[in-house]
Order: sequence, then structure tokens, then C-alpha cells
Amino acid sequence: MAQAVMRPLADSGRMRADWCDGRPMKTVAAGFIKPNSRLTSFERLEIYNRQYWLRLMDCFAEDYPGLRAILGEQRFHELAVAYLEKHPSRRFTLRDLGSQLIEFLQSDPHWTAPQQELALDMARLEWAHIEAFDNAAKPPVTATDLQGREPAQIHLRLQPYITLLRLAYPLDNFLIALRENTRLRGEASNAIADAPEHSPARKPRLPHRRTLFLVVHRYENVVYYKRLQARQYGLLLAIQNGAFLEEALQTIPAGGTTPPIGEWFQNWSALGWFWMRGAA
Amino acid sequence: MPANRFNAFTDYGIGIGLRIPHYRHILEKKPVVDWFEIISENFMVEGGRPLEILDQILEQYRVVQHGVSMYFGSAEPLNREHLRKLKRLVRRTKTPWLSDHLCWGSVDGRYTHDLLPMPYTFAAAKVAAQKIRQARDFLEVPIAVENVSSYAEFHVSEMTEWEFLTEVVERADCGILLDVNNIYVSSFNHGFDPFKYLDHIPMERVAQMHIAGHSRYRKYILDTHDHAVIEPVWKLYAHAARLAGRTATLLEWDAHIPSFEEVHDEALKANQFISQIEAAAA
Repeated sequence: MAQAVMRPLADSGRMRADWCDGRPMKTVAAGFIKPNSRLTSFERLEIYNRQYWLRLMDCFAEDYPGLRAILGEQRFHELAVAYLEKHPSRRFTLRDLGSQLIEFLQSDPHWTAPQQELALDMARLEWAHIEAFDNAAKPPVTATDLQGREPAQIHLRLQPYITLLRLAYPLDNFLIALRENTRLRGEASNAIADAPEHSPARKPRLPHRRTLFLVVHRYENVVYYKRLQARQYGLLLAIQNGAFLEEALQTIPAGGTTPPIGEWFQNWSALGWFWMRGAA
Repeated sequence: MPANRFNAFTDYGIGIGLRIPHYRHILEKKPVVDWFEIISENFMVEGGRPLEILDQILEQYRVVQHGVSMYFGSAEPLNREHLRKLKRLVRRTKTPWLSDHLCWGSVDGRYTHDLLPMPYTFAAAKVAAQKIRQARDFLEVPIAVENVSSYAEFHVSEMTEWEFLTEVVERADCGILLDVNNIYVSSFNHGFDPFKYLDHIPMERVAQMHIAGHSRYRKYILDTHDHAVIEPVWKLYAHAARLAGRTATLLEWDAHIPSFEEVHDEALKANQFISQIEAAAA
């Protein structure tokens, strides 16, 4: 029954008429499900098959509005079905439904052609948003924790909810605008009950290609996207990859104006980005 | 009967589900609500806003946990990660009891995220009861299992749904979360008398009740939790309350959610039925 429930629907949106081995589905269903006076065995099983896909597609669309806007409804639907068939949910929570999506887009790029790079960037940004929303937070490092320590002894780590991104397209403002348009549309429909759950939002314009360094984080339990300079990204990436502070500081290119590193760390620390083993 | 060992001898009244569209209203207006039911899985996270909201709610209100993915009826063992996260949440909320569904929904590590009906066999009842006991022993909190609504029945079933429910809860020595809307939906879909269902289950094990709305189609009813409770379900509820006594009752409204006031007013209608029953008994 599980296999039948999780099998993709036919293009008509109904349960497929034939089973994997070619037998008519109505025969397969009748083998284990009783009909009643109103519904055949096939129709009774079909309710579950359709509910499965409605539920997962709804969740997937909610998690990836940006990807949906880039691909359009039809292509997004086709991608989602292909992805979910290959990577069904393996956790008790739907929160991780998209955990394999980036890998899938990289291994099966034809689903997003010709916008592979744009789609991959958006998928990475949207997954980072999910991670930032409810990943763990460690007690942030304070100035007291760093007192008396040399940079070579300071082993900072980035909070588990932080993702550093190097994007080929500056999609942050596009996604923010898209989410805001969707939120306003929902409020403007006068009542929560009347708001169409996934009505097409007025789509902001997609950005032109331009490298962007971004950190997706949360502050006071609100998710933010913060743009970084390339050298800030390099520094934070080194920290994320396990470098002690002294080593991480060496990623900053020599020459040019002296970067206000102290100010950077003051700001980042105020945002609670760092934690450290053994800190108070 | 109302306060019993399956609800930790509490005497909770009428509650509603804690839902995102109502967060702001609840935290700003602080309405009087006897208790909230939370979906455990929504708060089995590592950090962030969900837990911030939960902690604010816990400062003001009583909370009971209701799960949707324990899958007592699945052939696989209980998920250890799930149990650990659930226990952490139980300690945080201090829920007096915990509920989940008498159903299955996962196979070979793949989750359907649905509440699939079980074949009503003695073998299935034995497996489910064993898993309920294991969960209770690990979580150290009373457990109530909920009867699900269903759209399919199996040739291999050896008994009725109410006989199966009874078999499971007595083997597991656990409580029942009696969902009267689910009984109504299933009675329509499978052609049985819902009052007969109520008359044949061990009411002394009822820890809590659910009421809800549903969607009526031409050939079946779908359990959508997106409408007000209809009159026949209220009648079933009244019958259940007559048999079980005043019992913690929760209105489920999970989709197309109206204002907080509308949902709460709908839930509080349960009081008129309880009052009538208590007046008649006096």
C-alpha cells in the first residue's frame, strides 16, 4: 500500500491505471482493499495517493517559492515530482523535505535547464533560510571569553544556523520581495480563511548575473540575509572551515586600505554569530 | 472518569490547537483559554522562533502535546531520534499526557506523512500495543492513542475498528484520545453506526476528546479540519460526553483557519452539551 500511496500520479492528477508490473491498478487495489457501495477499491486507494502528493507538493511549494518563481508552475511541479520520487521523505518531519534538493539539481540539471545556475543558487538560498529558521544556537562568544587570548589561540566557530553563500546571482532582494508580495497578498484578501494558499504572487524581476557573497543568519529569531565583501566572506569561510583566528585573518589579501577588522568582529559578535568551545 | 490516570488525573476543559495565524493575537491579547494542544513535531526543532513562541505560550498557558508521526501501527521499530527529541519537548512543556494516532505511515524508512489505516488484526494490535508501551516507558508520561478517520478497509481485517481500538488500548494499558469527528467520517465512509462505536469502547480509558469539521464530497467525507463542527458530530460528542463524563476536549481547525475568536467560540460550544448532560444527571 505504501508504494501505491507514494507513486506519482498520472498527468490527469488521478492514480495511475497500471501498476509497476503492468497489471491493472484496479486489480492490485482490489487484492487488499475492500470496495464499498459508493467507491471501488481503486477509488479508495486513490484518495490516499492524491492526498500524499497534495500534501508534499504543498509543503515543497511553501519551502521553495523562489525556485517556483524562476521555473514557473509547470516546470516546478515536474521538478518536485521527480525529486520527491527519487528522494522521498526519510524523516518524521517535513522540514527536511528539501535536504537532498541541491544534490539533485546538481546531478540532474536537465530539470532546471537552461537556468541551472540560477535555480541552484535559489535552492541554496532557500535551504539556507530553512536552516537559519530553526537550527540550534550555541551560547555566543563574548568579549570576556576572548580576554587574554592570542589570535593563534582563538578558535571561533560559526553558529549552526548560519550559512555562507557565494552566489552567481544577487537573489537575496528578489526572494525578499517575493516573500513580501506573497505575505501582502495574503493579508489583502481580507481573511486568512479566504486567502488562496499558493496563489501566484506578483513576481519581482530576476536580477542580472553578478557575484554576491551572503550570510544567511537569524537575529532575535528573525531570518536575515546580510551581504558581505569578498574578503569578509573569505575570512568567515576560513573560520567555518576550522581555522584558528590568526590563520583565518591571513585570508585577507595584503595591500590596499587596512580593513576595519575590529569593527567587523564587533558587529558580527553583536549579532551572535560566533561560539567557542570552552567559552563561559 | 474525566480525571483519570490516562490524563494524569487532570481536569482540563475546552482547548484549541495552537496555530501560527493566531500567535500574534494570543501573545498580544492574552485571551483566556483553558489549554492549547500543540503538534509535537512542529516544536521538535533545535532552536529559533518556534521554541521562542512555545516558551512564551508556556509562561501563560497549559499545553498538551499531540503527535502525528509516532506510527504505532508501522511494522518498523520506534524511531530513536524521534523519541529523544520528543522526550526533550515533554520535559519542556510538562505536558500531563501525550497523544498520537493508532495508524501507520512509514515503510523502510520512507515517510508518507499521512495517517494510514491499519488492518484490524490481532497481530497488528499486538505490534501496536508493544510500541505504545515502549514509548510510554521511554517518555515517562501517559499516552493516549487517537482513532483516525479512514477511507479504506482491508480484506484481512478480523474485527471492527472499535473492537480493534479496544484490543490495542487494553493490551497497551493506555488511554484513548477519542476523536468523534473521525468516528463520524469513518462511519459515513464505511457504513457503520457511529453510536455503536461509542457504545463499545472502554470509556474509562478516554483521556481526551477531539472535535472538528470536515469536507463532504459526493461519495465520501474527507477529514480536512477546515470547517465548523456539524450538528451530527455535536450529537456524537454529546453521546460520548454522556458516557465518559466531562472530559478535556479540543477543537481541531487546521486549514482555512479563521480568526482566533471564531475558532475559540466554536470550541466553547462543547460546554453547552456538557452542561445539558450534567444538568440531566443532577
